[in-house]
Amino acid sequence: MLTALAGAEFRRYATYRQATVAGAFTNTVFGFMRCYILLSVADVTGQVAGYAPGQLVTFVWVGQGLLAVVNYWGQQELPERVRSGQVVSDLLRPVDLMAGFLAADVGRAGHAMLTRFVVPVVVGLLFFDFYLPSHPWTYALFAMSVVLAVLVCSLCRYLVALTAFWLLDIRGALMVWVVASGVGSGLYFPLPLLPDWLVTLLWVATPFPALMQAPLDVLVERGGLVLVAGQVAWLLVTAGIARVVQRRALRRLVVQGG
Amino acid sequence: MIIQTSMLRKDFTVRRKAGRFRRTSTVVSAVDGVSLAVAEGEMLGYIGPNGAGKSTTLKMLTGVLTPSGGTLSVCGLTPVPQRTSLARHIGVVFGQRSQLWWDLPLIESFTLLRHVYRVPPADHAARLRYCRSLLDLDSFVDTPVRQLSLGQRMRGELTAALLHGPRVLFLDEPTIGLDVLSKQAVRGFLAQVQARGDTTVVLTTHDLADIEKLCRRLVVIDHGRVVHDGTLDELHATYRSKRRVVADLDSPWPDGLTLPGAAVESVEADGFRVTLTLEGATAGEVVARLAQAVPLRDLSVQEPEIEDVIARLYAGTRQ
Amino acid sequence: MADAYVRLLVAQVRSQTQYRLSFGLDLFFSTVLTSLDLVALWVLFAVNDSLGGFGGAEVLLMAGIAAASFPLADLAVGNVEKLRVYVRSGLFDALLLRPLSTLGQLVAMDFAPRRIGRVLQGTAIYVVALTVAPVQWSVPVVVLVVLAPLAGAVFFGAIFVAGATVAFWWIDSGEISNAFTYGGKDVAAYPMTVFGGLFRRLFAYGLGFAFVSYLPALAMLGRSDPLGTPDWLRWCSPLVSLFVAALAALFWRTGVRHYRSTGS
Repeated sequence: MLTALAGAEFRRYATYRQATVAGAFTNTVFGFMRCYILLSVADVTGQVAGYAPGQLVTFVWVGQGLLAVVNYWGQQELPERVRSGQVVSDLLRPVDLMAGFLAADVGRAGHAMLTRFVVPVVVGLLFFDFYLPSHPWTYALFAMSVVLAVLVCSLCRYLVALTAFWLLDIRGALMVWVVASGVGSGLYFPLPLLPDWLVTLLWVATPFPALMQAPLDVLVERGGLVLVAGQVAWLLVTAGIARVVQRRALRRLVVQGG
Repeated sequence: MIIQTSMLRKDFTVRRKAGRFRRTSTVVSAVDGVSLAVAEGEMLGYIGPNGAGKSTTLKMLTGVLTPSGGTLSVCGLTPVPQRTSLARHIGVVFGQRSQLWWDLPLIESFTLLRHVYRVPPADHAARLRYCRSLLDLDSFVDTPVRQLSLGQRMRGELTAALLHGPRVLFLDEPTIGLDVLSKQAVRGFLAQVQARGDTTVVLTTHDLADIEKLCRRLVVIDHGRVVHDGTLDELHATYRSKRRVVADLDSPWPDGLTLPGAAVESVEADGFRVTLTLEGATAGEVVARLAQAVPLRDLSVQEPEIEDVIARLYAGTRQ
Repeated sequence: MADAYVRLLVAQVRSQTQYRLSFGLDLFFSTVLTSLDLVALWVLFAVNDSLGGFGGAEVLLMAGIAAASFPLADLAVGNVEKLRVYVRSGLFDALLLRPLSTLGQLVAMDFAPRRIGRVLQGTAIYVVALTVAPVQWSVPVVVLVVLAPLAGAVFFGAIFVAGATVAFWWIDSGEISNAFTYGGKDVAAYPMTVFGGLFRRLFAYGLGFAFVSYLPALAMLGRSDPLGTPDWLRWCSPLVSLFVAALAALFWRTGVRHYRSTGS
């Protein structure tokens, strides 16, 4: 049932050809820009926050590829369904709301991995010198880290969507999420550029580094299993919170009669 | 001539999936050489099956679509290059696409349109008064458009299209989806507008009752080509020969029997009922020959329904 | 004539009055969101004090011109990206049937006043940058200081319009125009010496983003372009902007003629 949901979502995204091409193009343009800016910062001292130029290149381009896979700013269908009351029909299905949401998102991420991830990474490889992992198992660890990042991000967005049960207009919550996740995850710049205490705080207090910084650091071999363990911890925490919030939300729905 | 087109054409490129990655594109002519001339004050019915090119023609006449070929002029202007000038001289109601402001009360849409079209306040007030009384708008002018019923909204759209005193009124499916009373109200109003004589009206419709009640002239289009242009009577005249004679007989119709000037359309009820279509002969001649050939019990002559005529016309051109 | 557009704009704002609370929220967050660009710039400068051969105050001036011009364009015509909604639904018909410019109607009918916050914020950054940076004040420089953000706004406005126009052919093209609008804004905020290769040739000089803030900032600072652009070109951004705007207008007209009026 869940695999069918994921497969359906995969095929749905496969029909959005124009949007896929347009998105990959945009990620690529931003890749050039961010890559040049970071390289220029590294130009003076030969490194930035311990990242060698090659590592920066890998960080930026793989990050641009992952942006669509770990989908920060996905379509917000769930809040719309909550607002219109259609969510009641979702609840009548024999699939748990959260599991269904995650399965669909995994299907979407699978499609993005084959399309949106490949384009910027290949273009980046053509124009820049990448740092390539020295151990083969780094690739396996990276793959695992990406899956964890997709799941944690999906759960975060699910939590944001659930606020629709309490708030009439979730645009505020959405904006907080967009701002915080963008800065706090390493999307705009590698987090080690920030003071150490702030980086530690981000890792301990927020799930954001688990979304982007973790898989990218795994790939450029600045920490391996520790990072993945951190992601697993955040997966458990977000899943736990999501369950509690979901139960409250559904109770609220029952009490109010939809 | 207030509207004049010559060999007007509109091509669309249609891309179709052919296999997993390949796509083929074909050029389809939605309008394929339409030549029309409409005189001032005329009311023209423009009909055709779905996809025949009615709306496409209207959109070219109103400056929405750029023609692929041919020439056209409306109110002496060329629609696309002179779109904004033309817009002041025409009123348009596209049934599915509202001209009104969804969230605002109807009356505020009217006020906005006065500014958009820069209508002198006195003219605006006079036309609004005229429409309000003829279309019974008073009960809902202060209601937001999104809360109006379809019939109420259509009456609002008609008013909106007329407030700037257009010389030509284009109506695309003005009665589609309306209940019987609203249809009557719309038709009655259009008849009034037409009777004043200063507004030319072009309307497309699926409802042939609109045509019978309103239009002296009828243009039928199919596959982007004009297949009939004339009065409703002329359309009937072309097909009058297709009147039918239906006869109930006392003995079965003999196999293979033919009558000059008529064709056997069907033999039913075990041979006791025959339907003949008139092909050249008059009804009287056929009845006389019929009476000689077989024992007649009952007899009727059927006039063609306009729906039948149109259906036949479409069927004929589609072969 | 302008009266009609103002009325359309007021009608739009009026029909949105029911969402007054979220308007305040929007205003607040969209203002916060734009400060993030500066956080990113500040973080990069914390690492070392120069970027692409320019000092911090000099780069701040470039970022400041971009910060003042982009929100202005976004406020004025940013909502033109709604075009694809109009094309998809066929509502663009209604715009074509009125005796007004389609672009003007589109801009007036989706005006988003929440973007005013960003204009004020960007202008403040520009003013601070002007006081911090070693500007070589003279009469021509004063004129340029006033004109540069306006020319930049015209330039970005043209990019917005051109990007949206693609929707006449290619309806899901929204993200492509983001590459040139939001991407272009970021490119324009940095010294062009930061970029390299094909990308610099294409974005900075081919598409002209160097004219938004890099070249005018060089003129204000009294520096020549290390990349070898002739000095007189540093003063040409207003002309370049007008040229780009004319191209965008031409492109828009072509797009409107390709409008197919499908949709339901």
